[in-house]
Amino acid sequence: MLATLPLWGNPYVIYLINLSCIAVVAALGLNLLIGYTGQISLGHAAFIAIGAYTTAILSTKVGLPFWACLLASGGVTAIVGFGLGIPCLRLKGLYLAMATMAFGVVIDFVVITWGKLTGGVRGINVTKVSIFGYPLDSDNKMYYFLMVLTILTVLAIKNLVRTRIGRAFIAIRDRDIAAEVIGVNITAYKVMAFTISSFFAGIAGAMYSYTMGYIHPEHFTLLLSVQYLAMIIVGGLGTILGSIFGAVFIVLVPELIKAIARASEMLIPALKGKYDEEWNIAAFGLLIMIFLIFEANGLYGIWGRIKTSFKNWPYTY
Amino acid sequence: MKSGLLFFIQLFASGIAVGCLYALIALGFVLIIKATDILNFAHGEVIMISSLLCYFLMAKYHFSFLTASLVTVLIAALLGILTERVVLRPMLGEPIFAVVMITIGLSIFLRSMAGIIFGHDNYVFPSPFPKEPIHLAGATLSMTQIWVMICTALLVFIFFIFFKYSRMGLAMRGTANNQETALLMGISTKRIFAMVWGIAFVTAAIAGIFLANVMVVNIGLTFTAISAFPAIILGGLESIPGAIIGGLAIGVIENLAGGYLDQMIGGGVKDVTPFVVLFLMLMFKPYGLFGKEEIERV
Repeated sequence: MLATLPLWGNPYVIYLINLSCIAVVAALGLNLLIGYTGQISLGHAAFIAIGAYTTAILSTKVGLPFWACLLASGGVTAIVGFGLGIPCLRLKGLYLAMATMAFGVVIDFVVITWGKLTGGVRGINVTKVSIFGYPLDSDNKMYYFLMVLTILTVLAIKNLVRTRIGRAFIAIRDRDIAAEVIGVNITAYKVMAFTISSFFAGIAGAMYSYTMGYIHPEHFTLLLSVQYLAMIIVGGLGTILGSIFGAVFIVLVPELIKAIARASEMLIPALKGKYDEEWNIAAFGLLIMIFLIFEANGLYGIWGRIKTSFKNWPYTY
Repeated sequence: MKSGLLFFIQLFASGIAVGCLYALIALGFVLIIKATDILNFAHGEVIMISSLLCYFLMAKYHFSFLTASLVTVLIAALLGILTERVVLRPMLGEPIFAVVMITIGLSIFLRSMAGIIFGHDNYVFPSPFPKEPIHLAGATLSMTQIWVMICTALLVFIFFIFFKYSRMGLAMRGTANNQETALLMGISTKRIFAMVWGIAFVTAAIAGIFLANVMVVNIGLTFTAISAFPAIILGGLESIPGAIIGGLAIGVIENLAGGYLDQMIGGGVKDVTPFVVLFLMLMFKPYGLFGKEEIERV
């Protein structure tokens, strides 16, 4: 059904699915870093920005083909992630959160100041591309490509966390000193987690700039980092299915709120015109708080409970 | 005097004035970290909300500056106690990541609520301080800056007395030192936590009211709290003297860098220098100048 969706689906729905796919890729990267390795990062938006700008600059100013841009974005972002990972080795908890946040602010500053390359506050246009002579010029065509990319990412991460590397990540998350005692090389694995996570952020950033066709520093503020955090918290930390649920959910939240606003306008005419973009952001904040207080396992936990209760029906256990 | 030296003194003096504000903001962070081990990412929102509240009380309801400030401070204290009760208490004993995240959630929630209630316009605060600047040892300072310095010094003194001599202050220090021992000594840690959040929000409100005097009042004021992060890292997360010294140092460094480097790179250096300091500090001395190094055991 998902394969034929572009043939009959509403273009806006296709667009939303495209955005969700990009979000899934970046959220999986962040979940690998936070949910599996336990390293708090508030700078994910900066990595996405680096990926997006690398693609934008390489495709517009250098004219590289699509594949080269995509790989270059992932590569450049991974190198920056590697670079950030090394100084962050000594830090954990609050200190790490602050360092990554500072990193985000610095990247934002660089993007705005380096106007010659990035277009500064005017933003930058991205040329439409084609792969192997097949143009990706509409959301529908992008849709197939993004679907394939997302499935590949999910498979890659799913297999990664089952290997020795993934187990090392989980050991570091649970107790880093104990992990070191049993012979996990913390230095190597922490840097690896940063690198892999930023690689996927870079890929997502590249796809974002192709899908939107125009990028601007305003797209990559701290708020975006918080949105990604909201995705993995609402979805469920340290789960793959959770990242997918969370990413799709957070992309759809603004739509949900718009629908609620429209419905309440119809019921109470006095509320007409009170809808504001701010309600979406307030909802992100509220969702983070509600999920952390009442359902720490996120949507994944709810999904698991529903599944077991169906499986065991009619018994409670 | 040579003009180069004069320029330096001017930058230094206004750096101290800005640094006092950073110190006030950092104080609020450190109070909460010391007692409860939580970094409150929603601090900037409290600052922004109090300055907007103070502005609206004065502009819309024609309160005098003093009554408006008093009401703002009271509301901030209530907000602090409410926050502790509703948001933070369910999170007692949860891992640090969850607690950090919940304050981030709270921060964006408060920010957008403020946007909905107060709107996104820029307001100019009707400053009660006289406009004429004062010349002091070659530097020119505005009356507001002088008052900021006086009030910060006064507050720091009050806190010093409070923590050193009052019963409540002693209980707070005991709780910060070791929660279980404090409980055994008959201190109600729940009440202490609520009090700490209340007091920290009061310092945020005072910082907000002064910020309103020197900056344009709008939603963007939240960013000032993020620029106080370098101050608490520089001073060490759990040290009150560290917060004051870190705040002053960051204010001076930021102003000097802005004054000397802006011509070379062109704009914005002032905003980014504190973060470069933060980054360097984290790399070479993560526990700051006065912070205590944590020793971990498995």
